[in-house]
Amino acid sequence: MISVTGARKSYGNFAALDDVTLDIPAGTLTALLGPSGSGKSTLLRSIAGLERLDAGSIVIGGQDVTQVAPQKRGIGFVFQHYAAFKHMTVRDNVGFGLSIRKRPKAEIARKVDDLLEIVGLDGFQHRYPAQLSGGQRQRMALARALAVDPEVLLLDEPFGALDAKVRADLRQWLRRLHDEVHVTTVLVTHDQEEALDVADRIAVLNKGRIEQVGDPVALYDRPANDFVMSFLGSVARLGGQLVRPHDIALHRSRERAQSLDARVGGSPGVIEAVVERVVRLGFEVRVDLRADSGERFAAQVTRAEADALDLRVGETVYARATQGPDVTETEPALAI
Amino acid sequence: MKTSTATRLGLRTVALGYLVVLLAVPIVLILWRTLGEGVGAFLESVRTPAAISALNLSLLIVAIVVPLNVVFGVATALALVRGRFRGRGLVQAVVDLPFAVSPIVVGVSLILLWGAGGWLGGVEKLGFKVIFGLPGMVIATLFVTLPFVVREVEPVLHEIGTDQEQAAATLGASSAQTFWRITLPAIRWGLTYGVVLTVARALGEFGAVIMVSSGFPGVSQTLTLLVHSRYIDDHNTYGAYAAATLLMGLAVVTLLLMTLLDRKRST
Ligand SMILES: Nc1ncnc2c1ncn2[C@@H]1O[C@H](COP(=O)(O)OP(=O)(O)O)[C@@H](O)[C@H]1O
Ligand SMILES: [Mg+2]
Repeated sequence: MISVTGARKSYGNFAALDDVTLDIPAGTLTALLGPSGSGKSTLLRSIAGLERLDAGSIVIGGQDVTQVAPQKRGIGFVFQHYAAFKHMTVRDNVGFGLSIRKRPKAEIARKVDDLLEIVGLDGFQHRYPAQLSGGQRQRMALARALAVDPEVLLLDEPFGALDAKVRADLRQWLRRLHDEVHVTTVLVTHDQEEALDVADRIAVLNKGRIEQVGDPVALYDRPANDFVMSFLGSVARLGGQLVRPHDIALHRSRERAQSLDARVGGSPGVIEAVVERVVRLGFEVRVDLRADSGERFAAQVTRAEADALDLRVGETVYARATQGPDVTETEPALAI
Repeated sequence: MKTSTATRLGLRTVALGYLVVLLAVPIVLILWRTLGEGVGAFLESVRTPAAISALNLSLLIVAIVVPLNVVFGVATALALVRGRFRGRGLVQAVVDLPFAVSPIVVGVSLILLWGAGGWLGGVEKLGFKVIFGLPGMVIATLFVTLPFVVREVEPVLHEIGTDQEQAAATLGASSAQTFWRITLPAIRWGLTYGVVLTVARALGEFGAVIMVSSGFPGVSQTLTLLVHSRYIDDHNTYGAYAAATLLMGLAVVTLLLMTLLDRKRST
């Protein structure tokens, strides 16, 4: 369990953390999600003790560590750019924390081998970081952080420097690793997909403040405000309201659209729009539209719906929201 | 732009000729003059008591100057790169001072400071002879070699950043452990290069040292002073050539060591 209470941190007169209070339950994988510059790293580094708070307190596992040095906080930290010890072999990198703790050589070797096996780097013991790929280096860094049995594992955009494929693989791998070792983990990311994919809980940061904390489903379905809504997943602006593109139904007939829409209170109503483009993205189809007000938005429909509608560029359709902050519809919307 | 073959060859010849005339010819000439008399003559000339004493003194000065410059150079570089203090700009400028100031000026100002009647001249009455003694030569050499370690280590420190040190801290390493196990190994090539430059310069320094040395043969002459006194005072040109060759030999050994280390670094 990590508790951050009333954390403040300023650089000059710029507030990087502005009264942040956050509880991270033991054993969870929590993502700190926010745009670049929102204070995610500052918060994470403050938890680690690499940054000193101007005000507020940090409690890890029941112990107030606000004034405790990073060496004694019982943390493992993984940096975006690996922070590999370049002059040491993989084995010495991973064993560093244990050798600082003066553990017997045999014990260190055994533990390092075990960890390398877990992170899939068995057989790489004698390589140097320069001889590893980015993904391998980051897994080595993870093993190194885990070697000292940290109470909490802190990861600052650990996959940020890797290419998309490796990134997706590694985060799946991190999720499985977390399910195995259950160490309380905080993952900083600016990638909402990554947060939705791996985290049990997500804390959304914006301009040094926490906007909302919750599990991924809650945040996605019940965003507390427009910022959270637009940061988690894509949004369309329909009749002045933010709606998810897949929560837009398209109809050929205005009457049909209105009759279905009438059952929904506070919806933006039926919007007449012209099809500008139809993009097939595998199973889904994105329809780019322009409302009669001139506003552009995109709707996401299934392939079956798109086929049934038989949309052509330049044709007129009627759009309505089936879900949204102010829209609640009990029965699933049937298009057409 | 495309240069014709003739132009290219011409440019190369000029560049090569420039290097040969300016650098190679004088050195080869000295070597030739020295070894032309036979290896025996050379050895005899560098085995006189005065020559051996000069060699020892030069090496002694190097042995004192290098560790001091390593310690202060690394500390200064760390302060300049990692420190956030007032007057950093001033320190930056001061570090380069030895590059800007002529060594002879250094010698004169040292006499002014440490000599009889100088601000710190009082130490002489306490039996600590700076000017015309070994301390003076050491201080003069320290002064002229001060920038090398700082300036070689500084960019390496910049390049490695603080990530590795912070990682070490989160893994439980104290500042001292982090310095010895992470920072020092990371800057070792820059430091080595700085040391090599310091050695070469310390061996070769003349202007500052001649001002503060009493210059007695066999007592307070470094190798450079020996070359000078043999040539100017003793009119022993051959002896001067031989001492110069010895000096060059030391420089070549230093350079070779550096090249070897450099090669090791790039593999
Ligand atoms: N050492 C620093 N000095 C000055 N400003 C900083 C420093 N570190 C971070 N900041 C500022 O604080 C804000 C938050 O930074 P950071 O926590 O790194 O954001 P994030 O990780 O969310 O991208 C940014 O605007 C950044 O410019
Ligand atoms: Mg960051």
